[in-house]
Amino acid sequence: MKALTLERVSVTLGGARVLSGLSAEVEGGEWVAVIGPNGAGKTTALRAVAGLVPYEGRVRVLEDDAHALARKHLARRVALVPQVPLIPGDITVRAYVLLGRTPHLGYFGTERRKDHHAVDAALAQLDLVAFAGRRLDTLSGGERQRATLARALAQDAPVLLLDEPTAALDMGRQQQVLEIVDELRTSRGLTVVSTMHDLTLAGQYADRLLLVDGGRLVAAGPPDDVLTRALITEHYGAEVEVVDAPGSGFVVVPVRRTS
Amino acid sequence: MRSIAARLWLPASVLFLAAAMLAGVLVGPVHLGAVNVVRATFAHVFGLHSPLSGADDAILWELRLPRVILAALVGGTLAAAGAAYQGVFRNPLADPYLLGAAAGAGLGATVVVAYAPASSLTGDLLPFGAFVGAAVAVVAAYVLGRSAGVAAGPAALVLAGVTIASFLTALQTFVQQQHVDTVQEVYSWLLGRLATSGWRDVGIVLPYAVVAWAVIIAHRRLLDVLSVGDEEAAALGVNVARVRLLVVAAATIATAAAVAVSGLIGFVGIIVPHTIRLLVGGSYRLLLPLSVIVGAGFLVFADVIARTIMSPAELPIGVVTAFFGAPFFAVVLRTSRRAA
Repeated sequence: MKALTLERVSVTLGGARVLSGLSAEVEGGEWVAVIGPNGAGKTTALRAVAGLVPYEGRVRVLEDDAHALARKHLARRVALVPQVPLIPGDITVRAYVLLGRTPHLGYFGTERRKDHHAVDAALAQLDLVAFAGRRLDTLSGGERQRATLARALAQDAPVLLLDEPTAALDMGRQQQVLEIVDELRTSRGLTVVSTMHDLTLAGQYADRLLLVDGGRLVAAGPPDDVLTRALITEHYGAEVEVVDAPGSGFVVVPVRRTS
Repeated sequence: MRSIAARLWLPASVLFLAAAMLAGVLVGPVHLGAVNVVRATFAHVFGLHSPLSGADDAILWELRLPRVILAALVGGTLAAAGAAYQGVFRNPLADPYLLGAAAGAGLGATVVVAYAPASSLTGDLLPFGAFVGAAVAVVAAYVLGRSAGVAAGPAALVLAGVTIASFLTALQTFVQQQHVDTVQEVYSWLLGRLATSGWRDVGIVLPYAVVAWAVIIAHRRLLDVLSVGDEEAAALGVNVARVRLLVVAAATIATAAAVAVSGLIGFVGIIVPHTIRLLVGGSYRLLLPLSVIVGAGFLVFADVIARTIMSPAELPIGVVTAFFGAPFFAVVLRTSRRAA
């Protein structure tokens, strides 16, 4: 079953064409990374799928037209972790993760036992049980990232959208977060679509890459096909070497040519 | 988190309110006695014979009790509306007058004082004028803010409120300049006062206050969701604009009703929710019910101070709340700066 289908999706923001005619398919259980230079339209593509920007074309989520789904029903299928989540400092981690249950509740409804169980499971899976009573503004960047992931997990949506999940983290935390995501994908059967700046990590964790530039899809396929020196130089304007690291795919290394 | 905090803070706040109300009916030039006051109140409610003498009974039932209940209704409304505004606008400095309710009420009251024929009718028209002025101002601010587009978010609404407020204040000043003889009356109204007009004012505010409290408290969970921002709340399946409209409408109508009978009482809508935030945390699930109860108790206490400290003269209650509010506000500012 297709988790996501984008058919000629275009987005215009403030008169500028940010995404033009993006078509792509994501299989259930797959991890697809959207890569591309700054301003390519990666984040906009995720926001369109989450129903946060108006778009032309069609987005199908689990084979249903996203436009035909009520906002709440879309949120039961798609969870989005933004690049810079707005963190309300003065509530506890548990209260924050509980917000992930919102799409499962009626307008004036309150959480039932089932919802609290979902929160407990998410906290346990992200190693946050000891932090449950802590205020969010007392957490480190990596711990906050995990809290936001836990919130998305509590949402119980089969499709997880991650916007630059490793943006503000050090090398070790980056690997930790991506390992967690991969583990969740397997244990919960999630489909993951993430935007990524680090091409090496993108190649190591994603099954397929979508290279976007100027709002258009310019290359798609397994990492080996997309992470080529020619494509990266053309679309990022970067001088790179792509090095084969035995056992972990290709490594993209920036190089400085001095003449 | 909910368990212990809720179990302790809710009864504690109810105790605070009960103590405030008891002080409110006991303190005054005529000594009534705590036991008699409680028994007489029950007697009135259940239609029994009051243990107090005729005159004392009238002091309790016609003067002190309605005033205490009015203070509780106004205080609870202002505090709940303040907390609700702070939630929907994600702005810690938002208060119930943010969208121009104060300026609109001020203009409405001034117009009534200046242009209505001097008769007993003026007293009835003043709350009406203030109510209409407040409601019209907020609706105008809302329409103006929304015309900037939904994407402009809460900041556009706040700016629209500021715009409307300064325009209406200019109009009010103009009307006042044209009728200098009204300055005294308008000024004393602006400072806020709780009238001793028996049960009539209570009847005016009660329905608005109770409906507004119910609507605002029913949104407590959704206000927590809004704290992660409009976009993330939308990604969680919430219709942010609808939540904001409903909460603002409830808070505004109740504020307008409160302003109509009590004038402008500052700081309650800011002090009370922020004190609770500092003590119990920022989740609206507990913050909103506590704001209603503590806000009610706070204003009852403030009113006791207002009418005793310079007895027999009465200090405007707005002066009392601001006198305690301003220093407190400074502390809140310092704390929020450190947290940021």
